[in-house]
Amino acid sequence: MATYSTSEFKNGLKLMIDGHPCSITENELVKPGKGQAFNRVKLRNLKTGRVVEKTFKSGESVEAADVMETDMQYLYTDGEAWYFMDTNTFEQVGADETAVGENIKWLVEQDMCAVTLWNGVPIAITPPNFVVLEITETDPGLRGDTSGGGGKPATCNTGAVVRVPLFIDQGETIKVDTRTGEYVGREKK
Amino acid sequence: MTTWQPTASLEMLQTRARLLSKLRAFFADKDIYEVQTPVLSHAGNTEPSIETFVTQQSEHSKYPLQPSFLNTSPEFAMKRLLAAGSGSIYQITPVFRQGEQSKKHNPEFTLLEWYRLNFDHHALMGEVNLLIRFIAKDFLAMGRSHFYSYQDAMIKFADVDPFTASIEELKAATVKAGIDVVGMEENTSETFSLETSHQESCRNGWLDLLMCQVVEKNLPLNCPVFIYDYPASQAALAKIRKGSPDVAERFELYINGVELANGFHELSDAAEQAERFKKEQQIRKERGLPGIPADTHLIAALKHGLPDCAGVAIGFDRLLMVLTGAQHINDVLTFPFDRA
Repeated sequence: MATYSTSEFKNGLKLMIDGHPCSITENELVKPGKGQAFNRVKLRNLKTGRVVEKTFKSGESVEAADVMETDMQYLYTDGEAWYFMDTNTFEQVGADETAVGENIKWLVEQDMCAVTLWNGVPIAITPPNFVVLEITETDPGLRGDTSGGGGKPATCNTGAVVRVPLFIDQGETIKVDTRTGEYVGREKK
Repeated sequence: MTTWQPTASLEMLQTRARLLSKLRAFFADKDIYEVQTPVLSHAGNTEPSIETFVTQQSEHSKYPLQPSFLNTSPEFAMKRLLAAGSGSIYQITPVFRQGEQSKKHNPEFTLLEWYRLNFDHHALMGEVNLLIRFIAKDFLAMGRSHFYSYQDAMIKFADVDPFTASIEELKAATVKAGIDVVGMEENTSETFSLETSHQESCRNGWLDLLMCQVVEKNLPLNCPVFIYDYPASQAALAKIRKGSPDVAERFELYINGVELANGFHELSDAAEQAERFKKEQQIRKERGLPGIPADTHLIAALKHGLPDCAGVAIGFDRLLMVLTGAQHINDVLTFPFDRA
Protein backbone atom coordinates (compact mmCIF):
# COMPACT_ATOMS: atom_id res chain seq x y z
CA MET A 1 0.00 0.00 0.00
CA ALA A 2 1.53 3.28 -1.07
CA THR A 3 1.49 6.07 1.51
CA TYR A 4 2.52 9.70 1.66
CA SER A 5 4.06 11.44 4.65
CA THR A 6 2.79 14.92 5.57
CA SER A 7 6.17 16.30 4.45
CA GLU A 8 5.28 15.20 0.90
CA PHE A 9 1.88 16.91 0.95
CA LYS A 10 1.29 19.32 -1.91
CA ASN A 11 -1.60 20.54 -3.99
CA GLY A 12 -3.03 17.88 -6.28
CA LEU A 13 -1.76 14.92 -4.23
CA LYS A 14 -4.40 12.15 -4.13
CA LEU A 15 -5.13 10.54 -0.76
CA MET A 16 -7.64 8.17 0.76
CA ILE A 17 -9.59 10.02 3.44
CA ASP A 18 -12.24 8.12 5.42
CA GLY A 19 -12.49 5.65 2.53
CA HIS A 20 -12.93 8.30 -0.18
CA PRO A 21 -10.42 9.34 -2.84
CA CYS A 22 -9.55 13.00 -2.28
CA SER A 23 -7.20 15.57 -3.79
CA ILE A 24 -5.28 18.18 -1.74
CA THR A 25 -6.33 21.72 -2.65
CA GLU A 26 -4.55 23.56 0.17
CA ASN A 27 -1.74 22.55 2.52
CA GLU A 28 -0.41 24.76 5.28
CA LEU A 29 2.32 23.90 7.77
CA VAL A 30 1.33 25.05 11.25
CA LYS A 31 4.32 24.90 13.53
CA PRO A 32 4.81 26.57 16.87
CA GLY A 33 8.40 27.63 17.66
CA LYS A 34 8.41 25.03 20.41
CA GLY A 35 6.25 21.96 20.11
CA GLN A 36 4.26 19.75 17.80
CA ALA A 37 3.85 20.69 14.12
CA PHE A 38 0.66 20.13 12.13
CA ASN A 39 -0.45 20.28 8.51
CA ARG A 40 -3.74 22.07 7.99
CA VAL A 41 -5.12 20.61 4.79
CA LYS A 42 -8.12 21.17 2.55
CA LEU A 43 -9.14 18.17 0.46
CA ARG A 44 -11.66 17.82 -2.35
CA ASN A 45 -13.58 14.57 -2.44
CA LEU A 46 -13.09 13.47 -6.03
CA LYS A 47 -16.46 11.71 -6.16
CA THR A 48 -18.69 14.37 -4.67
CA GLY A 49 -16.58 17.50 -5.15
CA ARG A 50 -17.17 18.37 -1.51
CA VAL A 51 -14.24 20.04 0.31
CA VAL A 52 -13.23 18.92 3.79
CA GLU A 53 -10.68 20.45 6.15
CA LYS A 54 -8.42 18.20 8.20
CA THR A 55 -5.47 18.71 10.50
CA PHE A 56 -2.70 16.11 10.36
CA LYS A 57 -0.08 15.68 13.03
CA SER A 58 3.13 16.26 11.04
CA GLY A 59 5.02 13.07 10.32
CA GLU A 60 1.84 11.02 9.85
CA SER A 61 1.52 8.82 6.80
CA VAL A 62 -1.68 8.66 4.78
CA GLU A 63 -2.75 6.04 2.27
CA ALA A 64 -2.35 7.16 -1.33
CA ALA A 65 -5.40 7.00 -3.58
CA ASP A 66 -4.82 5.16 -6.86
CA VAL A 67 -6.33 7.96 -8.90
CA MET A 68 -5.39 9.04 -12.38
CA GLU A 69 -6.87 11.46 -14.81
CA THR A 70 -6.73 10.46 -18.44
CA ASP A 71 -8.08 11.87 -21.71
CA MET A 72 -10.64 9.52 -23.27
CA GLN A 73 -13.07 9.73 -26.12
CA TYR A 74 -16.79 9.59 -25.34
CA LEU A 75 -18.40 6.86 -27.45
CA TYR A 76 -22.05 6.26 -26.54
CA THR A 77 -24.47 5.40 -23.76
CA ASP A 78 -26.73 2.42 -23.37
CA GLY A 79 -28.77 4.31 -20.81
CA GLU A 80 -27.05 2.67 -17.83
CA ALA A 81 -23.45 3.48 -18.50
CA TRP A 82 -21.58 6.07 -20.54
CA TYR A 83 -18.68 4.52 -22.45
CA PHE A 84 -15.27 6.13 -22.95
CA MET A 85 -12.30 4.88 -24.93
CA ASP A 86 -8.56 5.35 -24.54
CA THR A 87 -7.63 6.32 -28.09
CA ASN A 88 -4.15 4.81 -27.72
CA THR A 89 -5.04 1.41 -26.32
CA PHE A 90 -8.69 1.28 -27.51
CA GLU A 91 -9.55 0.12 -24.03
CA GLN A 92 -13.10 1.05 -23.00
CA VAL A 93 -14.55 1.91 -19.61
CA GLY A 94 -18.17 2.50 -18.58
CA ALA A 95 -18.99 5.34 -16.19
CA ASP A 96 -22.15 5.16 -14.13
CA GLU A 97 -24.66 7.93 -13.61
CA THR A 98 -23.00 9.20 -10.40
CA ALA A 99 -19.65 9.56 -12.13
CA VAL A 100 -21.14 11.39 -15.09
CA GLY A 101 -23.37 13.51 -12.87
CA GLU A 102 -24.38 16.94 -14.13
CA ASN A 103 -21.96 16.67 -17.03
CA ILE A 104 -24.31 14.30 -18.81
CA LYS A 105 -25.67 17.27 -20.75
CA TRP A 106 -22.26 18.15 -22.22
CA LEU A 107 -21.39 14.70 -23.55
CA VAL A 108 -21.07 14.75 -27.31
CA GLU A 109 -20.09 11.58 -29.11
CA GLN A 110 -16.41 11.54 -30.15
CA ASP A 111 -15.47 14.49 -27.91
CA MET A 112 -12.35 14.03 -25.77
CA CYS A 113 -13.12 14.20 -22.05
CA ALA A 114 -10.92 13.99 -18.94
CA VAL A 115 -11.88 10.85 -17.06
CA THR A 116 -10.86 10.42 -13.41
CA LEU A 117 -10.21 6.77 -12.69
CA TRP A 118 -10.01 5.38 -9.15
CA ASN A 119 -8.64 1.83 -9.10
CA GLY A 120 -9.41 1.79 -12.81
CA VAL A 121 -13.09 2.75 -12.36
CA PRO A 122 -14.35 6.14 -13.59
CA ILE A 123 -15.49 8.36 -10.71
CA ALA A 124 -15.69 11.73 -12.44
CA ILE A 125 -15.85 13.14 -15.95
CA THR A 126 -14.70 16.58 -17.08
CA PRO A 127 -16.08 17.56 -20.49
CA PRO A 128 -14.03 19.74 -22.86
CA ASN A 129 -14.21 23.48 -22.08
CA PHE A 130 -16.21 24.07 -25.29
CA VAL A 131 -18.74 21.79 -26.95
CA VAL A 132 -20.74 22.17 -30.13
CA LEU A 133 -24.43 21.37 -29.74
CA GLU A 134 -27.40 21.30 -32.07
CA ILE A 135 -30.56 23.13 -31.08
CA THR A 136 -33.55 20.84 -31.11
CA GLU A 137 -36.12 23.22 -29.70
CA THR A 138 -36.45 26.97 -29.26
CA ASP A 139 -38.88 29.77 -30.07
CA PRO A 140 -38.70 30.89 -33.72
CA GLY A 141 -35.78 33.19 -34.44
CA LEU A 142 -36.31 36.91 -34.86
CA ARG A 143 -34.40 37.80 -38.03
CA GLY A 144 -32.66 41.10 -37.95
CA ASP A 145 -32.52 41.18 -34.17
CA THR A 146 -28.78 40.93 -33.62
CA SER A 147 -28.72 43.19 -30.60
CA GLY A 148 -27.96 40.22 -28.39
CA GLY A 149 -30.13 41.72 -25.68
CA GLY A 150 -32.65 39.55 -23.90
CA GLY A 151 -32.20 36.04 -25.19
CA LYS A 152 -34.29 32.90 -24.87
CA PRO A 153 -33.88 29.33 -23.69
CA ALA A 154 -32.90 26.70 -26.25
CA THR A 155 -32.92 22.93 -25.74
CA CYS A 156 -29.98 21.11 -27.33
CA ASN A 157 -29.50 17.59 -28.68
CA THR A 158 -27.75 16.50 -25.43
CA GLY A 159 -30.62 17.77 -23.29
CA ALA A 160 -28.75 20.90 -22.18
CA VAL A 161 -30.81 24.08 -21.97
CA VAL A 162 -28.74 27.12 -22.96
CA ARG A 163 -29.68 30.78 -23.10
CA VAL A 164 -29.17 31.96 -26.69
CA PRO A 165 -29.68 35.27 -28.55
CA LEU A 166 -33.09 35.85 -30.12
CA PHE A 167 -31.85 35.40 -33.73
CA ILE A 168 -30.81 31.75 -33.19
CA ASP A 169 -33.06 29.18 -34.82
CA GLN A 170 -33.97 25.58 -34.28
CA GLY A 171 -31.59 23.24 -36.14
CA GLU A 172 -28.63 25.58 -35.82
CA THR A 173 -25.42 24.53 -34.07
CA ILE A 174 -23.87 26.61 -31.32
CA LYS A 175 -20.68 26.63 -29.27
CA VAL A 176 -21.14 26.52 -25.50
CA ASP A 177 -18.68 27.01 -22.62
CA THR A 178 -19.23 23.98 -20.36
CA ARG A 179 -17.64 25.69 -17.35
CA THR A 180 -20.24 28.46 -17.26
CA GLY A 181 -23.00 26.87 -19.36
CA GLU A 182 -23.04 30.01 -21.50
CA TYR A 183 -23.55 30.44 -25.24
CA VAL A 184 -20.33 31.49 -26.98
CA GLY A 185 -21.32 31.74 -30.64
CA ARG A 186 -22.78 30.16 -33.72
CA GLU A 187 -20.93 27.27 -35.24
CA LYS A 188 -21.10 26.27 -38.92
CA LYS A 189 -22.25 22.73 -39.48
CA MET B 1 13.53 32.22 -15.86
CA THR B 2 12.78 34.88 -13.28
CA THR B 3 13.83 32.95 -10.17
CA TRP B 4 17.11 34.90 -10.03
CA GLN B 5 15.10 37.90 -8.86
CA PRO B 6 14.32 38.73 -5.23
CA THR B 7 10.80 37.94 -4.03
CA ALA B 8 10.61 41.03 -1.80
CA SER B 9 9.96 44.38 -3.48
CA LEU B 10 12.81 46.88 -3.35
CA GLU B 11 10.56 49.09 -1.25
CA MET B 12 10.18 46.25 1.25
CA LEU B 13 13.94 45.81 1.41
CA GLN B 14 14.31 49.48 2.30
CA THR B 15 11.66 49.09 4.98
CA ARG B 16 13.59 46.09 6.26
CA ALA B 17 16.73 48.20 6.51
CA ARG B 18 14.82 50.94 8.33
CA LEU B 19 13.45 48.43 10.83
CA LEU B 20 16.96 47.10 11.51
CA SER B 21 18.33 50.55 12.25
CA LYS B 22 15.34 51.37 14.48
CA LEU B 23 15.91 48.21 16.49
CA ARG B 24 19.59 49.02 16.87
CA ALA B 25 18.69 52.54 18.03
CA PHE B 26 16.31 51.09 20.64
CA PHE B 27 19.04 48.90 22.12
CA ALA B 28 21.74 51.56 21.93
CA ASP B 29 19.49 53.84 23.94
CA LYS B 30 19.29 51.22 26.69
CA ASP B 31 23.01 50.42 26.69
CA ILE B 32 22.37 46.87 25.53
CA TYR B 33 25.18 46.03 23.16
CA GLU B 34 25.22 43.96 20.00
CA VAL B 35 27.17 40.71 19.83
CA GLN B 36 27.93 38.17 17.13
CA THR B 37 28.23 34.48 17.91
CA PRO B 38 29.06 31.58 15.56
CA VAL B 39 26.42 30.34 13.18
CA LEU B 40 28.18 26.98 12.84
CA SER B 41 28.71 24.99 16.03
CA HIS B 42 29.99 21.61 17.24
CA ALA B 43 26.83 21.11 19.29
CA GLY B 44 23.26 21.22 18.08
CA ASN B 45 19.77 21.70 19.45
CA THR B 46 18.43 18.54 21.07
CA GLU B 47 14.81 19.76 21.05
CA PRO B 48 12.78 16.97 19.40
CA SER B 49 10.46 19.29 17.44
CA ILE B 50 13.32 21.12 15.72
CA GLU B 51 15.46 19.63 12.99
CA THR B 52 19.00 20.95 12.80
CA PHE B 53 20.96 21.24 9.55
CA VAL B 54 24.11 19.14 9.83
CA THR B 55 27.19 19.69 7.67
CA GLN B 56 28.70 16.76 5.80
CA GLN B 57 32.35 15.96 5.86
CA SER B 58 34.05 16.18 2.50
CA GLU B 59 35.88 12.98 1.62
CA HIS B 60 38.69 15.06 0.19
CA SER B 61 39.22 17.17 3.25
CA LYS B 62 42.76 17.05 4.54
CA TYR B 63 41.50 17.81 8.04
CA PRO B 64 39.53 15.43 10.21
CA LEU B 65 36.19 17.12 10.59
CA GLN B 66 33.42 16.47 13.07
CA PRO B 67 29.89 17.02 11.79
CA SER B 68 28.94 20.61 12.58
CA PHE B 69 25.52 22.07 13.17
CA LEU B 70 23.92 25.24 11.88
CA ASN B 71 22.39 27.24 14.71
CA THR B 72 18.66 26.93 15.28
CA SER B 73 19.02 29.83 17.74
CA PRO B 74 21.94 31.82 19.17
CA GLU B 75 20.74 31.05 22.69
CA PHE B 76 23.51 28.78 23.97
CA ALA B 77 26.39 30.97 22.81
CA MET B 78 24.75 34.12 24.18
CA LYS B 79 24.29 32.48 27.58
CA ARG B 80 27.97 31.62 27.58
CA LEU B 81 28.70 35.32 27.07
CA LEU B 82 26.35 36.19 29.93
CA ALA B 83 28.13 33.67 32.18
CA ALA B 84 31.43 35.28 31.16
CA GLY B 85 30.11 38.60 32.50
CA SER B 86 28.94 40.33 29.31
CA GLY B 87 25.97 42.11 30.87
CA SER B 88 22.81 42.72 28.81
CA ILE B 89 23.34 41.87 25.12
CA TYR B 90 21.42 41.46 21.86
CA GLN B 91 22.00 39.84 18.51
CA ILE B 92 20.37 39.87 15.07
CA THR B 93 21.37 36.68 13.33
CA PRO B 94 20.34 34.12 10.73
CA VAL B 95 19.17 30.76 12.14
CA PHE B 96 18.33 27.53 10.37
CA ARG B 97 15.63 24.89 10.81
CA GLN B 98 15.19 22.02 8.37
CA GLY B 99 11.88 21.35 6.72
CA GLU B 100 10.13 24.47 7.97
CA GLN B 101 8.64 26.07 4.90
CA SER B 102 5.24 27.72 4.68
CA LYS B 103 3.66 31.16 4.43
CA LYS B 104 5.22 31.93 7.80
CA HIS B 105 8.34 29.73 7.70
CA ASN B 106 11.58 29.67 5.75
CA PRO B 107 14.35 27.19 6.61
CA GLU B 108 16.72 30.14 7.07
CA PHE B 109 15.30 33.12 8.95
CA THR B 110 16.46 36.00 11.10
CA LEU B 111 16.11 36.13 14.87
CA LEU B 112 16.41 39.15 17.09
CA GLU B 113 17.43 37.82 20.48
CA TRP B 114 18.25 39.71 23.65
CA TYR B 115 19.01 39.11 27.31
CA ARG B 116 18.43 41.36 30.29
CA LEU B 117 20.21 40.94 33.60
CA ASN B 118 18.02 40.92 36.72
CA PHE B 119 14.82 40.73 34.67
CA ASP B 120 12.21 38.04 35.11
CA HIS B 121 9.81 37.10 32.31
CA HIS B 122 7.27 39.74 33.37
CA ALA B 123 9.86 42.53 33.29
CA LEU B 124 11.03 41.36 29.87
CA MET B 125 7.46 41.16 28.53
CA GLY B 126 7.17 44.81 29.53
CA GLU B 127 10.29 45.66 27.52
CA VAL B 128 9.15 43.64 24.49
CA ASN B 129 5.88 45.56 24.65
CA LEU B 130 7.81 48.86 24.71
CA LEU B 131 9.92 47.84 21.74
CA ILE B 132 6.89 46.76 19.70
CA ARG B 133 5.15 50.06 20.40
CA PHE B 134 8.32 52.01 19.64
CA ILE B 135 8.76 50.47 16.19
CA ALA B 136 5.06 50.05 15.32
CA LYS B 137 4.52 53.82 15.50
CA ASP B 138 5.80 54.26 11.94
CA PHE B 139 3.70 51.44 10.55
CA LEU B 140 0.27 50.86 12.05
CA ALA B 141 -2.09 51.77 14.84
CA MET B 142 -1.75 49.26 17.65
CA GLY B 143 -4.54 48.67 20.18
CA ARG B 144 -4.13 48.11 23.91
CA SER B 145 -1.76 45.23 24.76
CA HIS B 146 -3.23 42.10 26.30
CA PHE B 147 -1.56 39.82 28.83
CA TYR B 148 -3.07 36.39 29.54
CA SER B 149 -1.68 33.50 31.51
CA TYR B 150 -1.56 30.29 29.43
CA GLN B 151 -4.33 28.88 31.62
CA ASP B 152 -6.57 31.93 31.22
CA ALA B 153 -5.98 32.05 27.44
CA MET B 154 -6.95 28.40 27.04
CA ILE B 155 -10.06 28.81 29.20
CA LYS B 156 -11.08 32.04 27.47
CA PHE B 157 -10.42 31.04 23.84
CA ALA B 158 -10.63 27.23 23.78
CA ASP B 159 -12.97 26.69 26.72
CA VAL B 160 -10.77 24.15 28.47
CA ASP B 161 -8.50 24.24 31.52
CA PRO B 162 -5.06 23.07 30.32
CA PHE B 163 -3.93 22.08 33.80
CA THR B 164 -6.88 20.03 35.00
CA ALA B 165 -8.46 18.64 31.80
CA SER B 166 -7.99 14.97 30.96
CA ILE B 167 -6.76 14.00 27.49
CA GLU B 168 -10.36 13.11 26.58
CA GLU B 169 -11.46 16.60 27.61
CA LEU B 170 -8.68 18.22 25.57
CA LYS B 171 -9.80 16.15 22.61
CA ALA B 172 -13.42 17.12 23.20
CA ALA B 173 -12.40 20.79 23.15
CA THR B 174 -10.82 20.37 19.69
CA VAL B 175 -13.92 18.60 18.40
CA LYS B 176 -16.11 21.36 19.80
CA ALA B 177 -13.96 23.92 17.97
CA GLY B 178 -14.58 22.03 14.71
CA ILE B 179 -11.05 20.63 14.35
CA ASP B 180 -10.89 17.28 12.57
CA VAL B 181 -7.47 15.91 13.41
CA VAL B 182 -5.62 12.83 12.13
CA GLY B 183 -2.73 11.03 13.84
CA MET B 184 -3.12 12.20 17.43
CA GLU B 185 -2.62 9.67 20.17
CA GLU B 186 -5.54 9.01 22.40
CA ASN B 187 -5.85 7.74 25.90
CA THR B 188 -5.81 4.04 25.17
CA SER B 189 -4.67 1.52 27.74
CA GLU B 190 -1.79 0.31 25.55
CA THR B 191 -0.23 3.73 25.07
CA PHE B 192 -0.66 4.53 28.72
CA SER B 193 0.94 1.47 30.12
CA LEU B 194 4.07 3.35 29.05
CA GLU B 195 6.03 5.77 31.18
CA THR B 196 4.78 9.19 32.23
CA SER B 197 7.02 11.08 29.79
CA HIS B 198 4.99 9.49 27.01
CA GLN B 199 1.71 10.62 28.56
CA GLU B 200 3.19 14.07 28.91
CA SER B 201 4.17 14.34 25.24
CA CYS B 202 0.71 13.08 24.23
CA ARG B 203 -0.93 15.75 26.42
CA ASN B 204 1.36 18.42 25.01
CA GLY B 205 0.41 17.35 21.48
CA TRP B 206 -3.25 18.10 22.20
CA LEU B 207 -2.36 21.37 23.95
CA ASP B 208 -0.22 22.45 20.96
CA LEU B 209 -3.12 21.62 18.65
CA LEU B 210 -5.53 23.72 20.72
CA MET B 211 -3.02 26.57 20.93
CA CYS B 212 -2.24 26.82 17.22
CA GLN B 213 -5.63 25.87 15.77
CA VAL B 214 -8.06 27.39 18.26
CA VAL B 215 -6.49 29.92 20.65
CA GLU B 216 -4.27 31.66 18.05
CA LYS B 217 -7.24 32.15 15.75
CA ASN B 218 -9.36 33.75 18.44
CA LEU B 219 -6.86 36.18 19.94
CA PRO B 220 -7.70 39.90 19.76
CA LEU B 221 -6.43 41.56 16.57
CA ASN B 222 -4.26 44.62 15.89
CA CYS B 223 -2.57 44.61 19.27
CA PRO B 224 0.25 42.76 21.03
CA VAL B 225 -1.02 39.69 22.92
CA PHE B 226 1.27 38.12 25.50
CA ILE B 227 0.72 34.63 26.88
CA TYR B 228 2.80 33.62 29.92
CA ASP B 229 3.33 30.86 32.53
CA TYR B 230 3.31 27.75 30.35
CA PRO B 231 2.84 24.15 31.54
CA ALA B 232 6.02 22.94 33.23
CA SER B 233 6.29 20.20 30.60
CA GLN B 234 6.66 22.93 27.94
CA ALA B 235 9.39 24.80 29.81
CA ALA B 236 12.03 24.48 27.07
CA LEU B 237 14.82 26.58 28.67
CA ALA B 238 12.71 28.46 31.21
CA LYS B 239 12.83 28.32 34.99
CA ILE B 240 10.02 26.33 36.59
CA ARG B 241 8.16 28.09 39.39
CA LYS B 242 6.88 25.77 42.10
CA GLY B 243 3.18 26.03 42.82
CA SER B 244 -0.03 24.17 42.18
CA PRO B 245 0.51 23.37 39.47
CA ASP B 246 4.14 24.19 38.70
CA VAL B 247 4.48 26.55 35.73
CA ALA B 248 7.30 27.43 33.35
CA GLU B 249 8.30 31.11 33.46
CA ARG B 250 8.01 31.38 29.70
CA PHE B 251 6.04 33.76 27.49
CA GLU B 252 5.06 34.17 23.88
CA LEU B 253 3.96 37.21 21.91
CA TYR B 254 1.30 37.09 19.21
CA ILE B 255 0.17 39.86 16.89
CA ASN B 256 -2.73 39.19 14.53
CA GLY B 257 -2.52 35.48 15.29
CA VAL B 258 1.15 35.29 14.26
CA GLU B 259 3.56 33.82 16.81
CA LEU B 260 6.28 36.47 17.00
CA ALA B 261 8.36 35.92 20.10
CA ASN B 262 9.27 33.39 22.74
CA GLY B 263 10.90 34.39 26.01
CA PHE B 264 12.12 32.82 29.23
CA HIS B 265 13.12 33.68 32.73
CA GLU B 266 16.25 31.69 31.99
CA LEU B 267 17.02 28.37 33.63
CA SER B 268 20.40 28.75 35.36
CA ASP B 269 20.66 25.38 37.11
CA ALA B 270 23.36 23.34 35.32
CA ALA B 271 22.17 19.98 36.65
CA GLU B 272 18.59 20.60 35.58
CA GLN B 273 19.73 21.82 32.14
CA ALA B 274 21.78 18.63 31.68
CA GLU B 275 18.75 16.62 32.75
CA ARG B 276 16.53 18.39 30.16
CA PHE B 277 19.06 17.75 27.41
CA LYS B 278 19.12 14.08 28.39
CA LYS B 279 15.34 13.86 28.37
CA GLU B 280 15.16 15.47 24.91
CA GLN B 281 17.78 13.09 23.59
CA GLN B 282 15.75 10.20 25.00
CA ILE B 283 12.60 11.45 23.21
CA ARG B 284 14.59 11.81 19.97
CA LYS B 285 15.68 8.20 20.33
CA GLU B 286 12.12 6.97 21.01
CA ARG B 287 10.83 8.81 17.94
CA GLY B 288 13.66 7.54 15.75
CA LEU B 289 15.06 11.06 15.19
CA PRO B 290 18.78 11.62 14.54
CA GLY B 291 20.88 12.00 17.67
CA ILE B 292 22.27 15.47 18.38
CA PRO B 293 25.17 16.10 20.76
CA ALA B 294 24.15 18.38 23.63
CA ASP B 295 26.09 21.59 24.15
CA THR B 296 28.56 20.76 26.92
CA HIS B 297 29.94 24.32 26.79
CA LEU B 298 26.55 25.61 27.92
CA ILE B 299 26.47 23.19 30.86
CA ALA B 300 30.00 24.28 31.84
CA ALA B 301 28.98 27.93 31.61
CA LEU B 302 25.92 27.34 33.79
CA LYS B 303 28.13 25.54 36.33
CA HIS B 304 30.37 28.60 36.39
CA GLY B 305 27.23 30.68 36.98
CA LEU B 306 24.63 32.35 34.79
CA PRO B 307 23.45 35.63 36.30
CA ASP B 308 19.72 35.93 36.90
CA CYS B 309 18.32 37.01 33.56
CA ALA B 310 15.48 36.80 31.07
CA GLY B 311 15.86 36.37 27.32
CA VAL B 312 13.61 36.57 24.30
CA ALA B 313 13.79 35.76 20.60
CA ILE B 314 11.68 37.62 18.06
CA GLY B 315 11.21 36.36 14.52
CA PHE B 316 12.49 39.41 12.65
CA ASP B 317 10.97 38.45 9.27
CA ARG B 318 7.60 37.81 10.85
CA LEU B 319 7.78 41.10 12.70
CA LEU B 320 8.29 42.83 9.36
CA MET B 321 5.36 40.84 7.93
CA VAL B 322 3.04 41.93 10.74
CA LEU B 323 4.14 45.59 10.52
CA THR B 324 3.70 45.80 6.76
CA GLY B 325 0.72 43.46 6.45
CA ALA B 326 2.67 41.06 4.20
CA GLN B 327 0.80 37.75 3.88
CA HIS B 328 3.75 35.58 2.86
CA ILE B 329 7.24 35.44 4.35
CA ASN B 330 8.63 35.49 0.79
CA ASP B 331 7.36 39.07 0.53
CA VAL B 332 9.91 40.19 3.15
CA LEU B 333 12.89 38.00 2.14
CA THR B 334 15.41 38.73 -0.60
CA PHE B 335 15.76 35.12 -1.68
CA PRO B 336 13.63 32.49 0.07
CA PHE B 337 15.05 28.96 0.31
CA ASP B 338 13.76 27.88 -3.13
CA ARG B 339 15.77 30.70 -4.70
CA ALA B 340 18.70 30.72 -2.30
